[in-house]
Amino acid sequence: MRAGTEPGTDARTDAGTGTATGTAPVLDTDALLDDPDIRIIVCCGSGGVGKTTTAAALGVRAAERGRKVVVLTIDPARRLAQSMGILSLDNVPRRVPGIESAGEGGGELHAMMLDMKRTFDEIVEAHAEGERARAILENPFYQSLSAGFAGTQEYMAMEKLGQLRARNEWDLIVVDTPPSRSALDFLDAPKRLGSFLDGKFIKLLMAPAKMGGRAGMKFLNVGMSMMTGTLGKLLGGQFLRDVQTFVAAMDTMFGGFRTRADATYRLLQAPGTAFLVVATPERDALREAAYFVERLAAEDMPLAGLVLNRVHGSDAARLSAERALAAAENLDDIGIVDQTTGKAGLRDPADSAVTSPEDPESPPSPARSEDTQDADTEPEADAVSVEQLTAGLLRLHAERMQVVAREQRTRDSFTALHPEVAVTEVAALPGDVHDLAGLRAVGDRLATDSAPAGAA
Amino acid sequence: MSRFQVVSGKGGTGKTTVAAALALALATEGKRILLVEVEGRQGIAQLFEADSLPYEERKIAVAPGGGEVYALAIDAERALLDYLQMFYKLGSAGRALKKLGAIDFATTIAPGVRDVLLTGKACEAVRRKDKQGRYSYDYVIMDAPPTGRITRFLNVNDEVAGLARIGPIHNQAQAVMRVLKSPETAVHLVTLLEEMPVQETADGVAELRAAELPVGRVIVNMVRPHLLDEDALRTASGGRRKEIAKTLTRAGVTGSAALVRPLIEQASEHAQRVELEREQRAVLADLDLPTNELPLIGEGVDLPGLYDLAVELRKQGMGDEAGQGVGA
Repeated sequence: MRAGTEPGTDARTDAGTGTATGTAPVLDTDALLDDPDIRIIVCCGSGGVGKTTTAAALGVRAAERGRKVVVLTIDPARRLAQSMGILSLDNVPRRVPGIESAGEGGGELHAMMLDMKRTFDEIVEAHAEGERARAILENPFYQSLSAGFAGTQEYMAMEKLGQLRARNEWDLIVVDTPPSRSALDFLDAPKRLGSFLDGKFIKLLMAPAKMGGRAGMKFLNVGMSMMTGTLGKLLGGQFLRDVQTFVAAMDTMFGGFRTRADATYRLLQAPGTAFLVVATPERDALREAAYFVERLAAEDMPLAGLVLNRVHGSDAARLSAERALAAAENLDDIGIVDQTTGKAGLRDPADSAVTSPEDPESPPSPARSEDTQDADTEPEADAVSVEQLTAGLLRLHAERMQVVAREQRTRDSFTALHPEVAVTEVAALPGDVHDLAGLRAVGDRLATDSAPAGAA
Repeated sequence: MSRFQVVSGKGGTGKTTVAAALALALATEGKRILLVEVEGRQGIAQLFEADSLPYEERKIAVAPGGGEVYALAIDAERALLDYLQMFYKLGSAGRALKKLGAIDFATTIAPGVRDVLLTGKACEAVRRKDKQGRYSYDYVIMDAPPTGRITRFLNVNDEVAGLARIGPIHNQAQAVMRVLKSPETAVHLVTLLEEMPVQETADGVAELRAAELPVGRVIVNMVRPHLLDEDALRTASGGRRKEIAKTLTRAGVTGSAALVRPLIEQASEHAQRVELEREQRAVLADLDLPTNELPLIGEGVDLPGLYDLAVELRKQGMGDEAGQGVGA
């Protein structure tokens, strides 16, 4: 909740800190959600920018606008999952209660949380016979592999997306991407696994099982024994036998893996898919966002726009930070008659702007706010003079205006790089989202480019 | 202070920044610190405004106290070839393995091998000694994977030791676990005063404890200054608007009547945030861990900002203490 404040006026129109961003097109979220040709929306972005919340809010909004939606979340915060009524990690889409669909078609929201191991197991069960499936599922190598190594989660997310799309039960699938170590991982995962499965190494490992004893395979078998000798020394013989058993057992599934990975990749490139890059107006997040935009373009993936979360504004934007601070200092001068502690230390939480001048026995200490706990019950015994109170309001406003200006600058540099990318701004919420009402509020902000009610 | 300091945290909490600041804080006179990166993002190079780090230990900064900070971006593939060379003198055979796709297999597909290599390389740096028998680095700081993955990442060697039951990999895995579970290691978790990162921190601490990995500190990052007391605010909303408008005018602000409402609104949002932060502090306090707080640097952390954070960490007792940390 870094943003931590109520929405203010849209920074772009009111802050008066620059005009450059006026050129960025505005993302029409509702048009995107209503478009019957759009069947998949992928939310991507770096960690901690609100991807999962954005995906859930889009799902709620689309459903309440009459579409039949499923949200696939990868690793949601527990309370967010609860807000959509998913309590069990059972890898199955569950209907979210409480959706108020306005559309005549009767929108529905379903949500599911990806269970990586379960998804992997299901693939095995679907593609191998009983005995063979059991051999794979019990193989220690498989158990480690499926429980999660680099790339599995990304791959399984893509696999699950392909499955959901193939079922054709939903108008729209909204998916948030895994918290990858790097931005590339989820796009690379299907390819990487595919290239591994086609790799020479795997063929070598499988050689004895596949064509053991056949003439003409001498070279391969020599290579194989060299390899297994080396790996056996490194890993221990049992490990290698486990790998071989596993690979041999999975043999029949591999063709399917590759085919499905390619199909999912093509699905993502198709016109029915829209990518949304999610970011916050901070340097690192927008740098990552720019990277995503370039990467998606390089892969021919259809980018719909940028969702800029936690944007700040102010309804008092005509009062600049400089003038607010100057006025606050004027008040300090008025307020300070017999003591000198009136100035708020901007970087020191303990040295607040509201130290009581009438109460010399109250030192500026962290415990101070508890000391004055009773002040509000008797306003005459003001712990705080009106000058100090007003100076505090002005300093707070100056800080807000500095945040607004900083966010604007960060945004401007993104827009300068990628002026073609449509943007929607989502005003900062005061707290975390944990229910449908919260998701609805985020959805409203997504759809209105955050011109909140009451904006000047 | 433990010689191996692992810094994790939820995405977006600034763990790379904190790891770098911690490295600078520990680099007092004569000390050598190694800052390692394991996720291939080149975040350290960006912070220090340097070119991308190669796979070699390279001096990246001299700290205010006169110590030196070296940095290393560990590359799993290169680390594996190092191992093969170290254990088997597999110079050209290593290249042959690479050609066959074995290296690719081991570093991207084989379960945990990548993590084994990354933790193994870091532990090697922790244990390395020079000819005089002094540790090559007084401290090794790791910019580690995020909280959701950290326990599995650090514990991977246990799993591998179970899969590869004999052989040098087994022995190596056990040696790494001995370092990671000893007091030589401390795992710090970086968080913000927000609900989700705090919850993830609490979960992460529970997981680390269950795996018997040594939890170090909680580092609350990007703490905003409190500019206005909530109690003062309650007074403000209780009918002092006219007075405030007059005071604004006296202070030289024009059109003050229209400003009072938005100013008070902003203050009430601020108070709401302070209250939420207070709740999150209480959750963190329940973890019963030593806690540090680092201030928000509004413009984003640049090089001077990083040095400021290092000074702040030292002030809070996270610098190197005399007579500690240097072992022979």
